[in-house]
Amino acid sequence: MSDSIELSNRPAVLGGAWPDAAGRFGEFGGRYVAETLMGPIEELAAAYERFSSDPEFQAEFRAELRDFVGRPSPLYHARRLSETVGGAQLWLKREDLNHTGAHKVNNTVGQALLATRMGKTRIIAETGAGQHGVATATVAARLGLECVVYMGEEDVHRQAPNVYRMRLLGAEVRTVTSGTRTLKDALNEAMRDWVTNVDDTYYIIGTVAGPHPYPRMVRDFNSVIGREARAQILERTGRLPDAVVACVGGGSNAIGAFHAFLDDPDVELHGVEAAGDGLESGRHAAPLSVGRPGVLHGNRTYLMQDADGQIEGTHSVSAGLDYPGVGPEHAWLKDIGRAVYTSATDSETLAAFERLTRIEGIIPALESSHALAHAEKLASARSRTGIVIVNLSGRGDKDIPTVAALQGIEDLPG
Amino acid sequence: MSRLAGRFAELRAAGRAALVPFVTAGDPTPDVTRRLLPRLVEAGADIIELGVPFSDPMADGPVIQRAGERALAAGMTLSGVLDLARGFRANDRSTGLVLMGYLNPIVAMGHARFAAAAAAAGIDGVIVVDMPPEEGEPLLAPLREHGIDPVFLLSPTTSVERMRRIAQEASGFLYYVSLKGITGAGHLDAASVAEALARVRGVSALPVGVGFGIADADTARRIASVADAVVVGSAIVRRVEQALDDPERIPDRVGGFVADLRSAVDAAKRGAPDAAERAEPGSAKR
Ligand SMILES: Cc1ncc(COP(=O)(O)O)c(C=O)c1O
Repeated sequence: MSDSIELSNRPAVLGGAWPDAAGRFGEFGGRYVAETLMGPIEELAAAYERFSSDPEFQAEFRAELRDFVGRPSPLYHARRLSETVGGAQLWLKREDLNHTGAHKVNNTVGQALLATRMGKTRIIAETGAGQHGVATATVAARLGLECVVYMGEEDVHRQAPNVYRMRLLGAEVRTVTSGTRTLKDALNEAMRDWVTNVDDTYYIIGTVAGPHPYPRMVRDFNSVIGREARAQILERTGRLPDAVVACVGGGSNAIGAFHAFLDDPDVELHGVEAAGDGLESGRHAAPLSVGRPGVLHGNRTYLMQDADGQIEGTHSVSAGLDYPGVGPEHAWLKDIGRAVYTSATDSETLAAFERLTRIEGIIPALESSHALAHAEKLASARSRTGIVIVNLSGRGDKDIPTVAALQGIEDLPG
Repeated sequence: MSRLAGRFAELRAAGRAALVPFVTAGDPTPDVTRRLLPRLVEAGADIIELGVPFSDPMADGPVIQRAGERALAAGMTLSGVLDLARGFRANDRSTGLVLMGYLNPIVAMGHARFAAAAAAAGIDGVIVVDMPPEEGEPLLAPLREHGIDPVFLLSPTTSVERMRRIAQEASGFLYYVSLKGITGAGHLDAASVAEALARVRGVSALPVGVGFGIADADTARRIASVADAVVVGSAIVRRVEQALDDPERIPDRVGGFVADLRSAVDAAKRGAPDAAERAEPGSAKR
């Protein structure tokens, strides 16, 4: 396997490079797709292998991250929040300040560059919260590519501002009405599109799920988050953090935040899943917390499923975490014990959302608010000299209608 | 010789192609499927493909997606499908029975337990849409141990090199997916199918079935002149769906359509050059 240090910063934890050539992270990952997609996926893997170690591709990717995305994103010391919580110092990695408002664009910039190098002219994507859809529509506009985004009907309603943004950017948003009408069904529909249009179409998966090489590729493109954060905290405080906390939907912002710290054994890594109404309620989206290994969307990982292996419906106040699976690398990090996974309920999340908004003047995405809720708990159990970094994966503009509805504000002006 | 191999040998001797109707097990209820299966045989099915419903059927078009949703709503499970198979097999020792579905329900049951239960239920072959041979090992060994044929899909994007590799793992028959797309799509191109089959026959002596996109008797006839088996899925499931307001009528209605397909398949001219090539796999390269 070629070395692509610049992109992946692949650490040496437990003996080196992974996934292996078959896309395995331990017993997780792999490539479980219909035969029609095997050829195109092998082609994609070969192209990624080639370009990810190509200095010209890397230079272009870095330049795009700097000039178009606005990187590096700041690492912000949330002093007032830390005081309010009364414990360790909370530092926020401000992915919300990226162009388009979330970490998702790190990945879409990378994959779109790859797509153009592969000669593809049409881009498709699935989206839950709409952030990945917006980030995809944005790079498609930037590169002059046709763009179709699949989005579950439920999400089209609750993330309406993002639907409009995608349309403004020239993307076609196709509403998915099959299955549970959320992110997993949008992914199914995007796969169906891809299998039908494999010749000219590139599928930009929005998280570290899907068949190999997606989990690796999406992780590599997002690993800039942790690389920056690690350098920033060293520069500002002279030491590494005690913990890094990120929310986990499919797991792309979390893996991006974690990766640079994997070889720092004293840095705890905490992934926070959506506990919805509570893990006991059954209405949640927490496969690492309560799921079992199985196969979905091209890889083997932890899944929310019933005894018969049917995938269960999920619930979360945040559309971006409403997914019954999780990236295979997280499944592996959980099993080897390098990261710990926990969850935050809808109500804990909303409380954290309101606190950050009022105390720091930052409106976080509901997804990221899950990480905040857990980080506050962690911080309050530590001394004031402790350091906890929270990956603030996105901004909350898209969630304003959802939060307003929960607060009983029916008619937003405008 | 497995039941599938035996059936193909008989058909070859008789100069006929196999007719393989697909139905989703439990659509709209397990009871309707129970009554439908023998009707398919009366109407001329050589092999029945029994779809195992799955919550996330990524390779299926809307018709089979909806069938799966109806079956799941009616309480269908993988063990329920095996119960249906066992009931059918008790009265029919000769018709081939092939399961087609996705991997996760099998993982949930356990590979070895599934293989044993499927064999006990009289299943002859298994197609797992999202399990390429590269990921097949945990299931293939127990299937073979129980005498069940692993049937693999080939597609227009499959290179000859991959075809060779897949054919080594497969038995029973090979299933050529006639188009780039999902089940029920309507753009099958008979000429390119014939060309692709020649490539398949260049690497394997196994019988080759063709499916995805065969929606009417005329297409079935054309495909039957070049393939060893004609698989019809969405067109049949659509007829189930059209009779939902009166489920009693489903077996007759579907049976009538399958009988038409049978006549069409038997009307195919199988003395055509492609059929001759098939006898000598080595000569099929173009
Ligand atoms: C702001 C934000 N954070 C997190 C996520 C969850 O995705 P992932 O777990 O891949 O980071 C999303 C998904 O839409 C998102 O928009």
